[in-house]
This record gives sequence, structure tokens and C-alpha cells, in this order.
Amino acid sequence: MRLTCPVCGERDRREFYYQGAAVAMRRPAPDAGAEAWDNYVHLRENPAGETRDMWQHDGGCGAWLVVTRNTVTHEISDVELASDLAGERA
Amino acid sequence: MRIEGKGLIDRRRTVRFQFDEIGHTAFEGDTVASALLAAGRKLVARSFKYHRPRGVLTAGSEEPNALITTGRGAASEPNVRATVQEVFDGLETRSQNAWPSLKLDVMQLNDLVHPFLGAGFYYKTFMWPHGFWEKLYEPVIRRAAGLGGLSGAHNEDKYERAWAFCDLLIIGAGPAGLMAALVAGRAGADIILADEDSLPGGRLNAETLAVDGMAGSDWAAGVVAELHGMSNVRIMTRTTVTGAYDQGTYGALERVSSHLATPAEGAPRETFWRIVAKRSVLAAGALERPVAFPNNDRPGIMTASAVRAYLNRWGVAAGKKVAIFGNNDDAHRTARDLAEAGVEIAAVIDSRPDVALPSASWPVYKGSHVVDTAGRLALRSVTVKGPAGEKVIAADCLAMSGGWNPTVHMTCHMNGRPVWREDIAAFVPQEGAVPGMLTAGACNGDFSTAACLSAGADAAKRLLGDLGMSVPRLRAPDADDSAYSITPLWTVPGKDRAWLDFQNDVTVKDVKQAARENFRSVEHMKRYTTQGMAPDQGKNSNVAALAVLADATGRAIPETGTTTFRPPYVPVSIAAMGAGAQGAGFAPQRFTTSHTASVEMGAPMIEAGLWYRPGYFPRGGETTWRQSCDREVGFVREAVGVCDVSTLGKIDLQGPGAAEFLDFVYTNTFSTLKEGRVRYGLMLREDGHVMDDGTTARLGPEHFVMTTTTAAAGNVMRHLEFVHQVLRPDLDVRFTSVTEQWAQFAVAGPRSRELLNGVLKSPVDNDTWPFIACGTVTVCGVAGRLFRISFSGEHAYEVAVPSRYGESLFRELVSRAESLEGGAYGMEALNVLRIEKGHITHAEIHGRTTAFDIGFARMVSAKKDCIGKTMAAREGLTDPGRQQLVGLRPVAPGGQMTAGAHLFETAKEATRVNDQGYVTSVAFSPTLGHMIGLGFIARGPERMGETVRLVDAVRGVETDVEICAPVFVDPEGGRVRG
Amino acid sequence: MADLVAKSACAGLLPVTVGTLTLEETDIGVLTSVAPYNGRGDDLSTALQKAHGVKLPAPNRTTGQDAVRAIWFGRDVALLAGPAPDRALATHAALTDQSDAWAVVTLSGDGSDDALARLVPLDLRAAQFKTGHTARTQIMHMNASVTRTGPDCFLILVFRAMAQTLVHELKTAMEGVAARR
Repeated sequence: MRLTCPVCGERDRREFYYQGAAVAMRRPAPDAGAEAWDNYVHLRENPAGETRDMWQHDGGCGAWLVVTRNTVTHEISDVELASDLAGERA
Repeated sequence: MRIEGKGLIDRRRTVRFQFDEIGHTAFEGDTVASALLAAGRKLVARSFKYHRPRGVLTAGSEEPNALITTGRGAASEPNVRATVQEVFDGLETRSQNAWPSLKLDVMQLNDLVHPFLGAGFYYKTFMWPHGFWEKLYEPVIRRAAGLGGLSGAHNEDKYERAWAFCDLLIIGAGPAGLMAALVAGRAGADIILADEDSLPGGRLNAETLAVDGMAGSDWAAGVVAELHGMSNVRIMTRTTVTGAYDQGTYGALERVSSHLATPAEGAPRETFWRIVAKRSVLAAGALERPVAFPNNDRPGIMTASAVRAYLNRWGVAAGKKVAIFGNNDDAHRTARDLAEAGVEIAAVIDSRPDVALPSASWPVYKGSHVVDTAGRLALRSVTVKGPAGEKVIAADCLAMSGGWNPTVHMTCHMNGRPVWREDIAAFVPQEGAVPGMLTAGACNGDFSTAACLSAGADAAKRLLGDLGMSVPRLRAPDADDSAYSITPLWTVPGKDRAWLDFQNDVTVKDVKQAARENFRSVEHMKRYTTQGMAPDQGKNSNVAALAVLADATGRAIPETGTTTFRPPYVPVSIAAMGAGAQGAGFAPQRFTTSHTASVEMGAPMIEAGLWYRPGYFPRGGETTWRQSCDREVGFVREAVGVCDVSTLGKIDLQGPGAAEFLDFVYTNTFSTLKEGRVRYGLMLREDGHVMDDGTTARLGPEHFVMTTTTAAAGNVMRHLEFVHQVLRPDLDVRFTSVTEQWAQFAVAGPRSRELLNGVLKSPVDNDTWPFIACGTVTVCGVAGRLFRISFSGEHAYEVAVPSRYGESLFRELVSRAESLEGGAYGMEALNVLRIEKGHITHAEIHGRTTAFDIGFARMVSAKKDCIGKTMAAREGLTDPGRQQLVGLRPVAPGGQMTAGAHLFETAKEATRVNDQGYVTSVAFSPTLGHMIGLGFIARGPERMGETVRLVDAVRGVETDVEICAPVFVDPEGGRVRG
Repeated sequence: MADLVAKSACAGLLPVTVGTLTLEETDIGVLTSVAPYNGRGDDLSTALQKAHGVKLPAPNRTTGQDAVRAIWFGRDVALLAGPAPDRALATHAALTDQSDAWAVVTLSGDGSDDALARLVPLDLRAAQFKTGHTARTQIMHMNASVTRTGPDCFLILVFRAMAQTLVHELKTAMEGVAARR
């Protein structure tokens, strides 16, 4: 498996650390309530198809990435810098 | 039997090798199989389950029968295919799965009782009594069945892994692959051409077909020579591409020196390649399939293509009198080639009744089948049944051809499903099965040489277009273009067993039985019969077994299912895949600057993550670690000790947003920390549990240095990057790991200041350097840092210098400590000291404890948000009934305590439901003279003074212990400030 | 008071020569991690140029030569190798001394790319990874910085404490390459 880091270019999967769903981008406000926090910390989709998740180019530049990939075909359609999306709360 | 003038072997160079202790002479270029056949040797193996005598079936890596063990002792390698292993001087080979010998294998008894050993026999028979499976049945069955054995000794052979990158990977160097390489090579593309054979050319080396008016093998050699001259082409022979993976990654196994008598020093036996290709061409050819007629597994019965390969490639006649049985035109080549070489043709048996054949000088039986064979250790005769009745024909070799199966394997590795093609009675690859890969030639169902050549060229042209490269003009060579005509023939009925899977001893009867017992899905049938599960992974049997299943269940082949294959294409030794990662290569070793000095002092080094740290520093007369540890604890409490703490993570934070950032990742506040001061901080995960702890020093208005625990350093750095990049990119802060930049030593004990003032340019005192002070100092002339912090509870400092000076400073500090009645202390003493002081480590903050649990609830600031704060406030995480941190000490002075033990009320039974808590850390406290421990117990803080029972069921320890405060030594904290 | 003795990361381990390949420890001077604050990249580049004669390198590139070299070192960070950093840089960037944090070695000789291909999952083909190109990547299990400093020459940095493993890995790879020549 290979991912194209927006900073470093195409690299082997071993250079990357996988975290989990890109839900992690949308941290609720402290007073958002139990349900919002439960969704943020615990609830995850398990889609057959397109999914977005957080990876870090741990063995490379260190950038946190949002990867859009297909769990069925394994196609990777987009890799974005998390810091670019952070403002938009993707 | 060798045929003069035939073959691509070098007859001037003879080599000697052994098979089962018998010496053989062969020629360079021979495989073990070709050499044994040349010597007239038919019997080479025993089958897996029935121990049937077996001979060579094929001439390639798909070989199911001729598995041998090469080498000796620790370097021996089992299950090597004799058809792949090249001979060399001194090669030792042995047969497998037979005792006492191949000819007299006692386990052939299995063959006599075969009616009882059909599919599902083991599942049905060895079910009771319960418990016998593990102790009796399995060991016995394992000994009887199976393949070659491992030596059990450590293999010293070197293996290697490597990466390669290219524009175009061409898999297979037969006519299609060579043509693709020629086109793409001339276009200037960066190519890797990989072929598992030692000689590129594929079937061109095994047939007598002409290309462009010359022998096919000569044409191939010419193309290879041209490709060798191109700097943009890498030809990898003896390299089997084993798997296709995501985004253009391929695995490949190269046999580097397993064919050499004297490999170069340092040469690996095999290299496992990871090849990354923008595009690829699969030109893997096709495999000829056997026909399942009764007793089709005797030594001397081979695929027709193998018989031709041994004749044309190796100059070996597989028999003196050869019969040929087939269902397609291709089979007849075998008779022509053999007759031309002067080999007697016993008969040609064609299952098709109405086929038009050119006249021949040998007997031809149309519409006939081989219905039985005879000859126990070697084929003697075949029984042919046809329109004219039954006839026994003497033959010592039978060449059979059931048609060809395209080598679709690689196209299945990413979930592609092969498609049935009726006209060739075979599966072909699903189009686009592997992104970026095209299939060409026989693996795609093109069975004539001309079709293969043009398909290879076309595939290369299409892919060059994809890569934006221009396509050179190239005339396709002239070659045979005869059509392939086949009438499917899977099985021939008869009373005796007909083999489908030679390697796993699966017969037609077994598949039919599976169908009868309602294993109608091909996946169920495979698992029930074990068809396709041997090292050949069904290369020779999958399609025929599917056809038998289809017939048995009254369905057509495509509706019954499809065949699929997983990687690897050929067996790959784990040693090759994991090359370099054994022993010391398993993980990097991190050595502190004091490592050499510590080892010189006799300290046993223990692993802490990737780091190595000293356990203790033994002195003369000490015979146990405890003696050393107690002494080291003693001198820290009484005098001074020195300990390397460089392994703790150190992260430098700078920028206008640094303070606010720290406030966000720590539960407590750092923006209020004064310059030149250190503060202990607690970090939570977002789910409210403790992630890590450590001290952070403020070196300047916008400059901090954070420390993490040794084990969590990497995780904390990743966490900080996450919080910054993902959650708070607005905060202008930069962090850099400085763990490796600084060698840092704890100097602890009442005489620590006295020691330090001997090495500091400007001496320190309690006013200039009170507890929690920090700053820059000059240490023996070198710019360093000094922190007055304490993990031991004593008056202590940590002094840091750039790593290049680490070893030198460590030796200086230890020698000064020794002159002050102290010395170096290791991890054991460090652990005792911190337990005595009630300081937590990851034994306590193990991932399921909260700030509340460890008694630090008040460290979660109410004035600001921080990671984990919201979730930590959940009811369940602040319930007073939770298990909370306490100290524990035995009621009786000599009472034993163990970490991992659980805690129960003394009046209650030690059962799960009565479990009240557990012990996380214990130590013998030399300061107090008894065991002490830390642990968690329900409502701990309310239960001070209560006696509970500690039970360690694993180690058989039961002790009454008293719950106490977790600080055993100097609870007032006077010593650290002294 | 005794003077402290400095010891380099690969002291006692290098140099090593195997066939055509040589591995040696390289002193590239003071190492400073230079991480520009938000929006200060251009200012930093100008200041670097003024003080040290090199620009801030683009991702995967280096600027300068042997005496003064700036090596791209990760997301928003470069490693200035050579001179002690001019204090003026601190206005624009976080400066952190890394002189003792890294083991710095040079692998050179015909086939050095083949040796690295046994350890580094990176496309090192000369047409892709040219002189002056750099990458943050891995050498076996170690995070590393790899720079091509010449046609057959690579500058390699890993954490100082891993020097022994680095030498072990590279030497094994060098032997594998030499055995095929």
C-alpha cells in the first residue's frame, strides 16, 4: 500500500501511522453535551466504501493527514494535510 | 536418458550431486529433476497422505510431487521443488516423507486402508474421547503425514530484503514478456523484467517452435542480449513475482545463491524484493493440467509439456517408450518432438473421436482413454479403452495433457475473479483485476506463439501510452499461429482412484463425496477435502476439481464458482520476508552515552522500550541483585547516587503560543509557571484517562522543555503533533525532540549538592537553586542545564550536557559520588526509591486510570479547557466507589507482596465477584525493612488502616496487608527541600 | 576540575569499507533545527540568506554546500548544518541545538544506492532522487534523514543513540551488494 503525502510525495505504507476516523478533526466544545462527546470519542462508522481517516507521516515529515480511501477497492482518492483542513473543521 | 545434440545445457561442464546418498553426474544448467530423469530415476518422492510412490510431474515451480530437502543440518531446506533447484557441485539432496527409504516406506500401509481415509476421515474419526486430539491423535497424524521437516537448529544462512522502483514491471520472460520488454525497452521506459527461471525465454526454451525463422530459444537469447545492453532495463532471473498488492506494489522472491556451490562472501541465499511499478504486464504463461484417470499418479506419468521441456531444454528423454494421452492438438507435438529425437512412441491416445490428425508412424487411438495404469515404483503399462475395446500397452512414461490453465494467479490477489472461457475450457483473468496491470500471452488465453508475441507488444504499447511515452515502431516476428483445439476432459471413470491434487492426495472420489455431503460451494469443498491447500496451492488441481464438483452437483462450471488464488505464488520462506529483522535486527537498539561505562561496571542491561538501562551495579561480595539494589537505595538516602535519566523523552517547545499550548495538553496550568522553574504536569487522553506525566521547565518567556516517561516519549510527541496540527494550528508553537541532544543524569541524595558543586563553575545553594529551580550552568567547562527535581524524594538534581560529553560526565559524577560514599544506581534502586516516595509510573497510569483514581483530581484546572477534561468529568470516572491509589504494607513484617496480585476483604473468598482491587508495584524497602506496595482499591482513601487480603493465584501468594497512604518515606517532603 | 571529553556518535564504529563502498562518520558542523513560526518562512529564508548565504530549502530539497548546508528536515522545519546560527534567525523561527542529537554518516562508492535500497523504502533512482534531494524516511526501523550529496554519495542521519544499529544495518547491506559484484 502506498500513500501520497502532500509534503513528501508517494511513500510506502510503513512510513505512516494509522489512527482512525477523521471524526477526530471535529472536537466538540467543552459544553457540547454528552452525546456530542460520545460521538467524538467513541462512535465510529464502519463503511463498505469510502472512508476518511487520520494518518501521520510518522516515518517521514511528521504531518498529520486526512486520507480518503475506499475500504472495498482499496483505492485512495485523496490525501490532505490535516492542518489545512483544521480551520474548516472538516 | 540423455539425447545427444538436444538441450540448452552446457555439456562441457559436469557437476556431481547426491540424491539420497547416491552420487549423480549432471551438466551445468540441469535441475535436480532433469538430472534424475537423465539418470533414469523415476521414483523421487512419497505422497502426503497415502505415501504413494511418486515421480516428477512437471518441469516448473508448480511441481506437486518432487519435493526434496537440500543441504544438511541447520542449513537444510525442506520442500524444495526438484524441478526448480539447479544442480551444483557438492549439492546434497534427500527425499522426504518416507521411512526407512523411498522404496520401502512403511507408511504406505495408509494406501492399503485408503477406503477409510477419504475426505473428512480425520474430522469424523478423531472427535472423541475429548482431549485425545491434542495428546494422541494430532502428534501421530503429524508424524505420518506431512512434508519435509525443519532441522530445529538456528539457520545461519543470510537472507535479504530490498526495494526496487520502475515504470514498468514485466512478470515473465516468455514470448509475451520478452516482446513487451523489447517494445518498452526501446521506448526508453525504466523496466524490470522478472522471470522465475534461470534462463529467460519461457516455453520458447522448451519447444521446437521457430520465431522469425530461427529456433525460439535463439530468438529469446537474441532479445535478452539486446535488453542486457539497455541501461533502462533490469533483468531479474530466478525471481518469482509472488504477489500483487495495493498501489502498484509487488512482492518478488529472488534465489540469489541457492544454486551456487560457492556463493560469494556475504551473499544472501534469497532476496525478498518489494517492487513498486507504475504499470505492469503479467506475462506469466500457462500451466498444463493433468487428466484424472485411474492410477494417474504413478512415477513416469508426467504432463506432456514437461516431457517436451525435458527433451528440448535439458536433452533428456523422460522414458524409453512413451505413451501420450491428451484432449487437445497441443499434445501431438510431444509425439513429433520425441520421434524426431529417436524416442519410441508407444501410442498416442486422443480422447476426441472425430479429430483430424496428420498421418503418423506410431499407433494413434482416437476417441480413446487411458483407463488404468500399472507399475508400483515406476510405470510399466497403460490400459487404453476405445471404440475397438481395451488394450494394455507397455510404456515407461505417459505424457498427459488435459489442456492449459492460464496463470491467472496474480490477477486474483486483489479480489479479481477469473472468467470462464468456453472455447479454451479455462479461466482467464478478469479485466482490470489489478489496477495498472495488463495481462498478455498465455496467461490471458493466447496459446499460439504469434499471439503471445503480438499481445506482449500490444500491452507494452498501451502502457507506454498511459505513461505518456512514445511508442517505437517494431515489426512483430513471424511465428507459429496454429489454433488451439480442445474438447474438455476432466476425468476418466474407473474403479481405482484418480488423483486431482497430487500434493494433498485428493482424488475425484473425495470431491464427489464432498458434494454428496452437501459441501456444494467450491470454498466448502476445498476446505473439506483440503484440495488446493498444499504448497502448490492448487496450481495443478483447482480447475479440474471445480469441474468435478460442477459435474457432481449438476451445474455448469461458471455457475459452480470460480477459482481464486492468494499470494504468494510460490512458497516464500519467512526468513526471506523477515530478513534483517531477526535477533539484534528485530528493533533498533538505543544506547545511552553511559552504556559502555555501565557495562564496564558489570551492570546487567535491561530493555526499556528500545533503550538499554542498567539494572544495578554489583560490587564485590554481592551475590544477588537485591544486595546491590538495597545498597544503592541506601546510599541515595544517606549520601549520593548517580543515575542516567537521558532516556526520558525531552521535548523543546518554543513560540508565542507555547504556554497556551501546554495549558491545553496538560490538566494543570503552565502559563503561570515562572521562568527558571519546573512544574509536574499530568496529561490525559481525550477519553479522560491519564496518558503520561512528567516535568516541564520554563527556560524563557516562550521557551519550555517538557519531559515524558521513557516508554511514552514517541506517543507523546505524536499526540502533541496531533493536537497542534489538527486541533490548534492557531497556536504559534514549534516543538523539537531533544531527547538525544542531552545526556542527563540524576544526582540524588543528601550529599548531591556537595557533589555537584565540585563540577559546576558557579556553586549552587538553597537560595539560588531551591527545589524546582532550573537554568543553565557550566559543567566542567561545558554549557549545560541544571534542574532541581527529585524522583527519589531526596534532595536531588538532574544535570544535562550535550551528548558528546555524556560518557565523560557520567564517569566524573560516579567517581565523585563514590568518594562521597555513594555511587551509580540502576533501575532496580530507582524503582524502590520511587515506590518508597509514592511516585507513580506507567505501572499505575496503565491506560485505565484517571486523575481522580491516582488522587490528582485537583490537578485538573477548573479555569481552562484541556484534552480529556470533559470526558474525565463523566459520572463513572469520578464515582467515589472507583478503585483509587493507595499504599499497601504487610501486617506481619515478613509478609510477601507481588505486583499483579488482587485485593479482597479478609472475610471473603478470593473470587472474581469479591475482587476489590489490585497491586501495581511492590518493592522491598531497605529504608523501612519490609515490603511495600502501591495499588488500587475501591474507595481507597476512605479505608486507611483497614486490613485486606492480597491474593496472587498465579504465584501462590496470600498475605494480609494494611491500606496506607502511598508515600512511605518523608511524607512531609522535607528532604527534597533540604 | 576535569575537562569533559567529547565523543562522537560513531566513535569506534567507523569507518568501514566493503568492496567499493565506504561508510564513514561525517562532521557537518553545528546542527540547528530551524522551524519558522506561522507565516514567517519567507522572512526566515531572507535572514538565512543574509546571515549564512543559504535559503530555506523547499520540501525534499537542500540548499548550500559542504560548509553551510540547509537540509529540509520535516514539515515546517529545516536543519542548518555548519555554522552556529545567527541570533537574528530567532526572530522568525524556533532554533534548537541538535548538534549532539544525530549520528551523521556518509555512504559512498559505486553501488551505494543499491545498498540503501536494502534498507530504505524510497525511490532512490538517480533520475528521481538527484544530488541535493533529501527525504525524511526510514532506514529499516529507524527514522532517518537521507540526502544525496553526489552521484554515489549519501548523507544519512539517525538518532545518535541508534548509531550502532545504523552501522550494523548499513554494513550488512554493503556486504549484500559487494557479494553480487
